[in-house]
Amino acid sequence: MKKPFEIVVLSGKGGTGKTSLTASFASLACKAVFADCDVDAADLHLILSPKIIQQENFTSGAKAKIEKEKCTACGLCATLCRFNAVEIQNNIYHIDEYACEGCGLCAEACPNGAISIEEYKNNHIYIADCHYGPMVYGKLGIAEENSGKLVSKIRQYAKETAREYRSDYIIVDGPPGIGCPVISSVTGTDLVVAVTEPTLSGWHDLERLIDMIGRFQTPVKVIINKSDLNEEMAGTIEKKLKEKGIEMLGRIPYDESMIYALLEGKTINEYEPHGLLANELNKIWNSITTKIYEPESI
Amino acid sequence: MKIAITSGKGGTGKTTVSTGLFHVLTKHLRYNVQLLDCDVEEPDCHIFIKALKTDSYPVTISIPQIDVSKCTFCGKCKAICAFNAIIMLPTANFIEVVEDMCHGCGACLYVCKENAIHEHDRVIGSISHHDYYAKDEFIEGRMNVGCALQTRVIRETIRHGQQKGIVLYDSPPGTSCPVIATVSKADYVLLVTEPTPFGLHDLQLMVETVKTLGKKHGIVVNKAGLNYLPLYDYIKKEEIPLLGEIPFRKEYAKAYSTGIILAEHDDGIRALFQTIIKQVIHEETV
Repeated sequence: MKKPFEIVVLSGKGGTGKTSLTASFASLACKAVFADCDVDAADLHLILSPKIIQQENFTSGAKAKIEKEKCTACGLCATLCRFNAVEIQNNIYHIDEYACEGCGLCAEACPNGAISIEEYKNNHIYIADCHYGPMVYGKLGIAEENSGKLVSKIRQYAKETAREYRSDYIIVDGPPGIGCPVISSVTGTDLVVAVTEPTLSGWHDLERLIDMIGRFQTPVKVIINKSDLNEEMAGTIEKKLKEKGIEMLGRIPYDESMIYALLEGKTINEYEPHGLLANELNKIWNSITTKIYEPESI
Repeated sequence: MKIAITSGKGGTGKTTVSTGLFHVLTKHLRYNVQLLDCDVEEPDCHIFIKALKTDSYPVTISIPQIDVSKCTFCGKCKAICAFNAIIMLPTANFIEVVEDMCHGCGACLYVCKENAIHEHDRVIGSISHHDYYAKDEFIEGRMNVGCALQTRVIRETIRHGQQKGIVLYDSPPGTSCPVIATVSKADYVLLVTEPTPFGLHDLQLMVETVKTLGKKHGIVVNKAGLNYLPLYDYIKKEEIPLLGEIPFRKEYAKAYSTGIILAEHDDGIRALFQTIIKQVIHEETV
């Protein structure tokens, strides 16, 4: 059986249009599963309006907790903790839960057994159905951590769903940045589509993203969104990508219909199916997909 | 006073607001101010704040190394490691630390009774100090590419910030650990949003987060002009101060693309940033 082809949409810099483009690809792809791995601020469901079929809680690491009654204020935990997560106020010890990384060293070392490690279970994973196919997404609990693990789990579920539905593609809306959730979205994927904008920040952030992806030897192709905001910069970016041997998928001009589509909760291709943007996106999607199955069809 | 500029959604204009406020504070209002770029995955302030780098140092963590000749494969280190960073295959006489997964907590070193574990430094990022109008006005945290310990670099960046005057934190996007690492150290949180469904959705997440942390907060609407009522209804309903609105103009977007500080070139924007920062300072001192 053909393995579904996974495409992860990333950007480095936030707000370049990842989610809008992912949603448009969703409306163009036949037989695909969609996943939102921007678990901090998942927005894809706002356009695709999925109906939740299944929901589960997800553990996201752990935090230490000091039992006041058992604590003798010996100070060992504070000495050992490398995250400065043990706070002392009026000789009462407690854990700064936002600094604690849940390593468990303090609990192991405490001579009075006053420290326990508690798991946090405030994250959710949703398996849902939208107009274009199944969708998997997550929601991180407020002030939660370990989004990297949640991302891996969402991708795993998306893969299982894709196998079940015999889908051709998995289209993933990725998180911004280049840190742990992004690394979790990139490892072992088939293609990264990086969306940038023709600004100095856009290029700076894209360059760091490309360096990061290069470490995993994942193929990456680039779209310059809002390209006419600064044509000169768009040209410079294209030139620099060429030097790096990275393929451009296309330029998409700035167009307010992108925002109006969003306001109506529609993808570009639904909002203005014969407009300039939809046309460009069609071309880009075709160029992504024809190349994928070319070798197999020979 | 420490002010975190954050947003939930990326690309709403955090850096535009941080660098704009910073510029207005140092050049026009003559405050003792410092800007900290805490978006260590993608630090962009330096594109706008063309400052003179005076000093820089690496951010390191201590990573364990296991001496196989001393290891008895008792498994204590593997058992305590909360990050699954130790791979042990006793039959193959193999034990190793996966550096990318290690948080450098020191738990394995603590439990090893065979003296088989030693630590060495691993560089995960850097902190650089810069002079702008005044000395040491801008500090940048920058995580090394390929590293996943962004919060550690953020905490170290904040640790380098001054104690007096005003300190601005340009926060990373999102709502999870890197944002918490930044926002939890601030006295006031400035939430930058845009009038779109995405902007509103992510703003709501951020408002919940700052409320959980118990921080004073206010809102700046960027790319204003699109009369997206649900956003304004939400702000009104939650009774959050709306400190100002930056209108959407294509020429602003163009200026941004070339690394220009809007507040320096546009009188209206400069006045707007002055109004915003004065309200924040007033909020905090009342």
